[in-house]
Amino acid sequence: MSEIRIENISKNYGKVQAVKNVSFSVKSGELFGLIGPDGAGKSSLIRIITSLLLPDSGNIQLGEYDVVKDYKIIRRLIGYMPGKFSLYQDLTVKENLEFFATVFGSSIEENYDLIKDIYHQIEPFKNRRAGKLSGGMKQKLALSCALIHKPEFLILDEPTTGVDAVSRAEFWDMLDRLKSKGISILASTPYMDEAMRCDRIALMQKGEILGTNKPSEISKMIQHDMFGVRADDMYKLKQFLSKCIDVDAVNLFGQEIHISLKTGINETSIREKLALQGFSNLEFRQIEAEIEDVFIHLMTRQAKEVKNDQ
Amino acid sequence: MKRFIGLLQKEFLHIFRDVRTIMILFGMPVVQILIFGYVIKNEVSEVDIAVLDYSRDETTIALKNKLEASGYFNILYELQSPKEIHEHFKEGKIKEVIVFPKGFSEKLTQGKSPSVQLILDATDPNYAQIVGQYTEAICLDFGLQESQIISQSSGISIQNRMFFNEKMESSYLFVPGTMAFILMLLSALMSSVSIAREKEFGSMEILLVSPLKPIQVVLGKVMPYVILAFANAVSVILVGNLVFGVPIEGSMLLLMLASVIFVFTALALGIMISTISNNQLTAMMMSMFVLMLPTMLLSGFIFPIENMPVFLQWLSTIIPARWYLDIIKIIMLKGGGMAFIWQQLLILIGMFVVFIGISVKNYKIRLE
Repeated sequence: MSEIRIENISKNYGKVQAVKNVSFSVKSGELFGLIGPDGAGKSSLIRIITSLLLPDSGNIQLGEYDVVKDYKIIRRLIGYMPGKFSLYQDLTVKENLEFFATVFGSSIEENYDLIKDIYHQIEPFKNRRAGKLSGGMKQKLALSCALIHKPEFLILDEPTTGVDAVSRAEFWDMLDRLKSKGISILASTPYMDEAMRCDRIALMQKGEILGTNKPSEISKMIQHDMFGVRADDMYKLKQFLSKCIDVDAVNLFGQEIHISLKTGINETSIREKLALQGFSNLEFRQIEAEIEDVFIHLMTRQAKEVKNDQ
Repeated sequence: MKRFIGLLQKEFLHIFRDVRTIMILFGMPVVQILIFGYVIKNEVSEVDIAVLDYSRDETTIALKNKLEASGYFNILYELQSPKEIHEHFKEGKIKEVIVFPKGFSEKLTQGKSPSVQLILDATDPNYAQIVGQYTEAICLDFGLQESQIISQSSGISIQNRMFFNEKMESSYLFVPGTMAFILMLLSALMSSVSIAREKEFGSMEILLVSPLKPIQVVLGKVMPYVILAFANAVSVILVGNLVFGVPIEGSMLLLMLASVIFVFTALALGIMISTISNNQLTAMMMSMFVLMLPTMLLSGFIFPIENMPVFLQWLSTIIPARWYLDIIKIIMLKGGGMAFIWQQLLILIGMFVVFIGISVKNYKIRLE
């Protein structure tokens, strides 16, 4: 019954449309990722889901409760971790945890079981002030505080931003364990690699959901073939590809440039064009699209649609 | 209730962990009362003056001795010619020159009244006026004594009595004033800043999604300041009483009751400010300009309300400190009871209701 259903949600700030007609649902006991760059509207959407903002239109149900009408009940059911670290920096780890436990009418002992794995790691520092913790530890503390009242829904706004790679991996391990305890989790992140840790993801850009799928199937969202290209002069290569009318989307990806071709264009024609340019050490291979490629591809398409609309 | 106590505990931890807050809470009242105590003085003492004496007879010498013996004046120069007056004023060492005409003593013995000229440095007009008044008083007093001895002639003599403050101590004015000021500062400024801080650091977001009711959040934030403001009020009264000798003629209980009501009014004002400011700086600036300056200038603390232009007199009626100041003056200095202060108390309570009403209406259960 811990399902989150989001239907046709829109939110404007003056003329800026932060969230445009967004619909998706998070199943009970699912770890759902909301993936998108900064400014995509992820935080606004999350604040609407946590009842902190009112949507202009649309409705959201958490379990059987409506997020606008039953906001008082909703607020007891959710554990929320805002994007900005918002615990009290001048209180110690233990004091923060105790405070949030009392505020939610619980105690550390009561739900120690749930936070044990996480809190265990920061317990050695329990008398240190929260402001003096490292980024990773801060996030673990914030997660502990969000969990202290045993919520049914855990909603995390960019929980791993500003955290080192090892701590990020650890953090997602924790979310996996929480999921196995039956908590439905919605987490937003700008990092594409974290998408692989989710059961399902939604790609968000400019207030719109570009697509929702399992991470393993997300590559199927591109109908076109993807190619990896590299040469000695990557800069010139990228410039050329960006201007080339046969190419749909261009994305610099590590040592390679990933491209997708427009419908009706085949591999041979682009190979010929590249050969004419005389790039040295040119390599060209077909690849399996990764999430980032899909994202760039969908984004480019969205941008073109907008242009066509105007 | 347990939740509320948790909130209180947390708030006290904030206060005692932050050096700046501690300084404002406990340093400020002491510093202020001492500053006001020693700086705002309407009395003069040991004013440096000069004398240009054309007579140089026993009467003028006696008068000069009397001036110096009073403790208010210190004769620095005996001038020889009027030209010197200007030079000395330019130098800035002396504030006043007293000129005695020729034949001072003879005129007095003949029963005529000799005149004395006072020349004052009026760069600070208030000060010059006070110095002039003191000199005048001493000279008149002297003239009266002398003429009675010589001619027994009787004129009209005026005897002043300053009720409620016989010695005209300025501390009688500034202790009540400082109390109003400190209570306003602690209650309104500190509470509005502490609520704004939750907003600024984003913790308000978590408090909002918690099952805490808005009223609990607000009360939990301001209660500690009520307690601290009250402790400060008591200590200011004690310092005023013990160090500066300000009496407490009326009932201490009534004084405390009035102070509590004033604290609540100020808090309501602070909460109202915090509902419209999103960060500490805005809250601070608003408190400064909306509360501190009017409390200082328009409450009758420093400048008498009766002397203000009518417009400002009207404006002063919406300053809570004006009414509180009225109340404590009545209780502390005049020993008045409830019969004399109930109107002012009602006004304060009315203000409290209005401010709280506006805050509740403005309080957001969501973000913007």
